[in-house]
Amino acid sequence: MKAKGKAVKYGNNVDTDVIIPARYLNTSDPAELAKHCMEDLDRDFLKKIRRGDILVAGKNFGCGSSREHAPIAIKASGIACVIAETFARIFYRNAINIGLPIIECAEAARGIDDGDDVAVEFETGKITNLTKGKEYAGVPFPEFMQEIMASDGLIGYIKKQLRVES
Amino acid sequence: MGMTMTQKILADHAGMEKVEAGQLVKVKVDMVLGNDITTPVAVKEFRKIGLDRVFDVNKIAIVPDHFTPNKDIKSAEQVKFIREFAREMGIVNFFEIGQMGVEHALLPEKGLVVPGDAVIGADSHTCTYGALGAFSTGVGSTDMAAGMATGEAWFKVPEAIKFVLKGKPGKWVSGKDVILHIIGMIGVDGALYQSMEFAGDGLRHLSMDDRFAMANMAIEAGGKNGIFEVDDRTIEYVKEHSSKPYKVYTADGDAAYAAVYEIDLCAVKPTVAFPHLPENTRTIDNVGDVKIDQVVIGSCTNGRIEDLRIAGEILKGRKVHPGVRCIIIPATQKIWKQAMSEGLFHIFIDAGAAVSTPTCGPCLGGHMGILAKGERAVATTNRNFVGRMGDPESEVYLASPAVAAASAVAGKLASPEELEY
Ligand code: SF4
Repeated sequence: MKAKGKAVKYGNNVDTDVIIPARYLNTSDPAELAKHCMEDLDRDFLKKIRRGDILVAGKNFGCGSSREHAPIAIKASGIACVIAETFARIFYRNAINIGLPIIECAEAARGIDDGDDVAVEFETGKITNLTKGKEYAGVPFPEFMQEIMASDGLIGYIKKQLRVES
Repeated sequence: MGMTMTQKILADHAGMEKVEAGQLVKVKVDMVLGNDITTPVAVKEFRKIGLDRVFDVNKIAIVPDHFTPNKDIKSAEQVKFIREFAREMGIVNFFEIGQMGVEHALLPEKGLVVPGDAVIGADSHTCTYGALGAFSTGVGSTDMAAGMATGEAWFKVPEAIKFVLKGKPGKWVSGKDVILHIIGMIGVDGALYQSMEFAGDGLRHLSMDDRFAMANMAIEAGGKNGIFEVDDRTIEYVKEHSSKPYKVYTADGDAAYAAVYEIDLCAVKPTVAFPHLPENTRTIDNVGDVKIDQVVIGSCTNGRIEDLRIAGEILKGRKVHPGVRCIIIPATQKIWKQAMSEGLFHIFIDAGAAVSTPTCGPCLGGHMGILAKGERAVATTNRNFVGRMGDPESEVYLASPAVAAASAVAGKLASPEELEY
């Protein structure tokens, strides 16, 4: 799996309340949620991005609540991958469980600027900054997480397992 | 090398002798929790698996508490959807209005979590039950769906940071101040992917309500869970609330910790977290002149009976400042009744405060006290992110019930000691 797009960049501690404010949580429809993605941090987010773009952030991305609506909103907005220095752990879990590719890489998160063209290879964790001609080694997923991703998320993975057991 | 408390609980629930930090394990869980925001998503995911039953009708708890009593039609539809699911599956612990409470105050009170349990909840503050010496952690809706189907969850075994508590806290210092102090010290990602273990002699001076407030905010330091050593006070609480069998785990003497901090409780001062991160802490003597518009006393952090008693002690015979709306939200029906029978509501109402039925309400900017642009609130809740309680240009200051009540009277951030008699 690969992603290639323009980087849209934010800072440290981007929390789930700004990714998708609670006032919109009376629905779980991905398209509805996507309409308000990042709204409280950057009103122009949806205008800035195109399908396939890459969100880049600093430390502790996705901190705060366990709302899966946050990675769902990001995925549905068209973002192909999130690169961050570190991720908050529930967000990390949720992103994998719903199949939003995310990669931890401090050098890339710092080295990539807003608007840079970026390519990511998920299996190897290789990140390329096409604008600056630089390569970074991100942390690839452990094997079992790759299995979850390959099963299109945790539910697909469990379905497979239940089939094996019965 | 030995294991930490969390590692021991995970090993036991994974059916293994030993686990190490970094290892991926599949554990059997004793409780799977969800609320009115996260459960609808979980139910949709559960349906995709194609099962017609859950793993155990007694080991799932569903608590509509965020937007309830339903604030609008969409919220009502969400709760209807999960209510019907609970009925269809025969889920025993579905808590309807009239029996419910804010989930993390409710589950321990109902005896649904005991020491040694492994609990997952589709709510980040599920870490609250660590106060009981259980491993409990927040997950997402898909994890909840998987948990309801299989009774299992995947974890990466965390390493731990140990906090050795010493001494006795001062009169107006509560568990909330201690945890705000710690978050201010280590930062909002200070315990990322790690377990926060609380131990030491100082525990003796912390009530269960103090410990719940502290474990509750482990997530605010990025922690996977917070966990307290089990002592007589824990056992007393558990016996009073539950008939479930429990198991006490203690960390090995040679367990490895990523860091060990000594916290002298007598040196901790009332602490406030300024907008917009829980790590932006200042002690009450350094807050300056911050005028406020609203005070909220409640939530899964500080809506318990002791919190209300402290608020009562301060509000008794005083008036809420004319420029302030003071909203008090007992966290559960039981706490509500207790506060009522202790006469606390007379005090609150005479002071000019409003008392609400249990709900998360304003804590997450849901309803029951939303802030307008430019408004400021002092809240006993746990998050002060941008827009958390309303408009993105409003502000939330996190504090203890004592500081919140004193601020309600003063009309600005204040310590109880500053109030004139
Ligand atoms: S009271 Fe606040 S923090 Fe606690 S569960 Fe409700 S919304 Fe979450």
